[in-house]
Amino acid sequence: MILSAVLRRDIVEPTISVAGVALVADVAGALYEPSSSALIVADLHLEKGSSYARRGQFLPPYDTATTLGRLAQLIDTYRPRAVIALGDSFHDRAAPARLNEADRVSLAALQNGRDWIWVAGNHDPEPPAGCGGESLAVMSLGALTLRHEPSAGAQGELAGHLHPVAKIEVRGRRLRRRCFATDGARVVLPAFGAYAGGLNVRDAAFGSLFRPGALTAWMLGEEGVYAIPTHGLRPD
Amino acid sequence: MSTARRTEAVPLLPDRFLRWFAGRGWTPRAHQLELLSLAKADKDALLIAPTGAGKTLAGFLPTLVELAESPRGDNPGIHTLYVSPLKALAVDVARNLERPVAEMGLNIRIEGRTGDTPASRRQRQKREPPDILLTTPEQLALLIGDPGASRLFETVRRVVVDELHALAPTKRGDQLALALARIRALAPDLVMAGLSATVKGPEELRRWLVDPRRGAAMAELVEIKDGAAPDITIHATDERLPWSGHTARHAIPEIYEAIKRHKTTLLFANTRAQAEMTFQELWKVNEDTLPIALHHGSLDVGQRRRVEAAMGEGRLKAVVATSTLDLGIDWGDVDLVVHIGSPKGSSRLLQRTGRANHRLDEPSKALMVPANRFEVIECEAAREAALAGEQDAETVKPGGLDVLAQHVLGVACGGPFDADALYSEVTSASPYAALDRATFDDVVEFVATGGYSLRSYERYAKIRQTQDGLWRVANPGVAQRWRMNIGTIIEAVSYKVRLGKVRRAAGGVVGKANFGGRVLGEIEEYFVATMSPGDTFMFGGEILRYEALIENEIYVSRSSSEAPKVPTYVGGRMPLTTDVAARVRAILDAPETWDTLPTQVREWLTYQAERSVIPDRNRLLVETFPRAGKHFLVTYPFEGRLAHQTLGMLLTRRLERAHARPMGFVASDYALAIWGLSDMSAMLDGDLLSLDGLFDQDMLGDDLEAWMADSALMKRTFRNCAIIGGLIDRNVVGAARKMGRQITMSTDLIYDVLRRHEPGHVLLRAARADAARGLIDLERVVEFLDRTKGRIEHRALDRVSPLAVPILLEVGREPVYGAFQDMLLKEAAETLVEEAMGPR
Repeated sequence: MILSAVLRRDIVEPTISVAGVALVADVAGALYEPSSSALIVADLHLEKGSSYARRGQFLPPYDTATTLGRLAQLIDTYRPRAVIALGDSFHDRAAPARLNEADRVSLAALQNGRDWIWVAGNHDPEPPAGCGGESLAVMSLGALTLRHEPSAGAQGELAGHLHPVAKIEVRGRRLRRRCFATDGARVVLPAFGAYAGGLNVRDAAFGSLFRPGALTAWMLGEEGVYAIPTHGLRPD
Repeated sequence: MSTARRTEAVPLLPDRFLRWFAGRGWTPRAHQLELLSLAKADKDALLIAPTGAGKTLAGFLPTLVELAESPRGDNPGIHTLYVSPLKALAVDVARNLERPVAEMGLNIRIEGRTGDTPASRRQRQKREPPDILLTTPEQLALLIGDPGASRLFETVRRVVVDELHALAPTKRGDQLALALARIRALAPDLVMAGLSATVKGPEELRRWLVDPRRGAAMAELVEIKDGAAPDITIHATDERLPWSGHTARHAIPEIYEAIKRHKTTLLFANTRAQAEMTFQELWKVNEDTLPIALHHGSLDVGQRRRVEAAMGEGRLKAVVATSTLDLGIDWGDVDLVVHIGSPKGSSRLLQRTGRANHRLDEPSKALMVPANRFEVIECEAAREAALAGEQDAETVKPGGLDVLAQHVLGVACGGPFDADALYSEVTSASPYAALDRATFDDVVEFVATGGYSLRSYERYAKIRQTQDGLWRVANPGVAQRWRMNIGTIIEAVSYKVRLGKVRRAAGGVVGKANFGGRVLGEIEEYFVATMSPGDTFMFGGEILRYEALIENEIYVSRSSSEAPKVPTYVGGRMPLTTDVAARVRAILDAPETWDTLPTQVREWLTYQAERSVIPDRNRLLVETFPRAGKHFLVTYPFEGRLAHQTLGMLLTRRLERAHARPMGFVASDYALAIWGLSDMSAMLDGDLLSLDGLFDQDMLGDDLEAWMADSALMKRTFRNCAIIGGLIDRNVVGAARKMGRQITMSTDLIYDVLRRHEPGHVLLRAARADAARGLIDLERVVEFLDRTKGRIEHRALDRVSPLAVPILLEVGREPVYGAFQDMLLKEAAETLVEEAMGPR
């Protein structure tokens, strides 16, 4: 594990190394790959709120604006040449059509002047109509493979889908946070969407991806990202 | 009972009633006749009476007389509705009523309707309603939303609400008040009767019972004074009195002796953990193998029913119970009530003590067992208050907007409504009397489309205003979903506790259970969250080892461990009441009264007077001192744990800004201790910090707002409002457990988003109002800051003061706060990495 640092807003951002590629782990839950200037996020779940509304549960209709707002901050910080969304960017197939005008405009503004890639997810297997960008099932970024669902035995893979969170206990107190799950060969990114829940990395779903004891959870604090090895992680 | 009243009232009772009373060797009691005459005059009434005064019969007598005198035709509909907070009470009352009805040969059909009533019977009850229907607030709310509601309720003549003192201050009370307002609109002739234990302010309950639009602003009051004053002793000990904690372990041998000396003893504990501990300790000394049982809300229902049955039949010598036994049900021949720890308020002390000896003319006997030194003073204060007949003020608060939202949708499910008429009806219910029209309209909008200024959900509306101006449900699915989500009780997410073995895969990943054994009961999520696999805990009187959490069950095995890792801090859930707190302050401030206190306590207070100062009842004492490399600030507001927690959160923020580098705090019912890295004594001395500034009321502005934004307590409160208000479905929350708390996280996320984008949303207003009364107890913080303004007394000490010892012993059990979380994450990362990577 390499603990080098990039300076941003006086905060130390750690670097996760995957298959020899150094990635900046941002406290907001995104990865930045400096050599190709790519910003990578997973599981935006845009329009999850309106998806629930169709079933009579009127969640505040501001999740898309919130998620795009956080993304805008990151883009402002890193000025990436490319933004890659690792699938489940939209909560359902009809979600792109439900985007309101203001959100559509801010999305277009974010895409302006850079490459934008929608990797397909299980919630959004089709390219999102009218939402710009390029759609791919899987993509490569140098030595890295980027896809939605993590695959067993992959080397140099960045994926989402599982919404990892980690739980620790320190001095009798417990914290549960979104996290990057990694073993040096792959990273599963935390869900970025405002309404996306989480799954504990001690769940069996992670057990089939990571060699026993090899998983490190990079937990998102308020100010920094902290690496916790397997033996410090607790089940729910 | 006065002779005059008896002679004038006797003609009220038909002959067969008089004969029935005489046949049992009874005379009708004054209050029973008084309720009867009020009912005959169509007047709403509140009966206040202690346990054992024949309250239930008094409530039903007018119904029985009317039904006996004027027989009704075929299928005449419901005559009387009886509403109780407990299912079990409805069953109990049915049994007690059927006897006089049968013995007098009255042709009256009595039926209960609870969550346990089979669907077929519920259907039949709608077709052929009984004369008397006994039910709960939730069932009544369900019936309101039934399209047949108007036909079902138009015949109702009388409503009896039992245990009104317990219902009215709660959300279930709000729900019931709204349902009754609806029923009044459907059955304009109905007369209300409320039955209540003794309360401080009967006026509020009297208002609760009436519709002020129909005349009287308050129900008539019929009050029976308590009988003989209770006989309450405080346990004195030669053992060393604990400084802190809630176990009362030191007193177990003497409690056991008391149980032996009495016929049947009821022991009340404040928490489940305390009950478990007491039960376990009693069995350790139970050489005579006396039948001593345990009863609390987490135990398997079958187990609880067995204990209740055994108790009713007099087969038990003692039962250790929690507040699940606070209400209603008759417990037979209890002749001693033991309070483990302080009951925290005089009403609770009086009501629990009243469980002993159901006759009015004999004193009930109680033993209070203080679990620590502070509780000795607190028990003394509670006893004084109880003997003075003082009741805790539990005020009826403004009705919850979340409950109103549920009701509005329910009304729409029952049939189209006119907003003006519904507003008038809603504000006729006393909890909603002050509701303004704009807020009501906000609630209707919330129900319809979520009530957001970004109006994006119009097309999914649940209710819509049609051309005739009436609001109607948009489709039948809405009503169906509403029925699934009814109710105002949000159970803490809980897990089944199952005996069983668990298979472990490599890497610590837990696989499926090899087999599942017996279910022992249920346990709350927050408790599970404090445990790690391998930990032992006490449950159902056994020591169990926590093996794993699989889906929504926790697997346990029996453990031979001697000392379980019991939760030491599930502290009294109910905070010290204001009145008892005031008496505690008064006792402390009057050294001349200390001779009633045990020597150990007296010595402790005397040391405090020498080393620091005894808190003056009208001033606030603040002590600062160094200890173990940290600097402490301890203060003694005596406002209860919840208010102290809030105060701790706010003060910590301010100390942080003043560079006192606070690291954490801990709150008890009496005191608040904050510790940090800077020398606060020196800061105060050098005017770098001012106590008047620190405790200034302006902390209730931005600091409070900023803290609420991130408070777990606020998020939990919001979640409850979101479920009750219908923002999210209950069953979604249930199903989510399998997914490892995904949705629990999501309501937090919803809270964050809503707070940022629409801070004035009706659901946030509901959550803030709840939190102010409940988990953050803001009202008491406000009163406290006002009371102590400019009256702070500071002592800079060179070491911990005697009075501060109990609170310092609680350190280490406190929750994490704000920015401190990152410190912990960092610490975990560093120490764990060091462990894993460092030299061996």
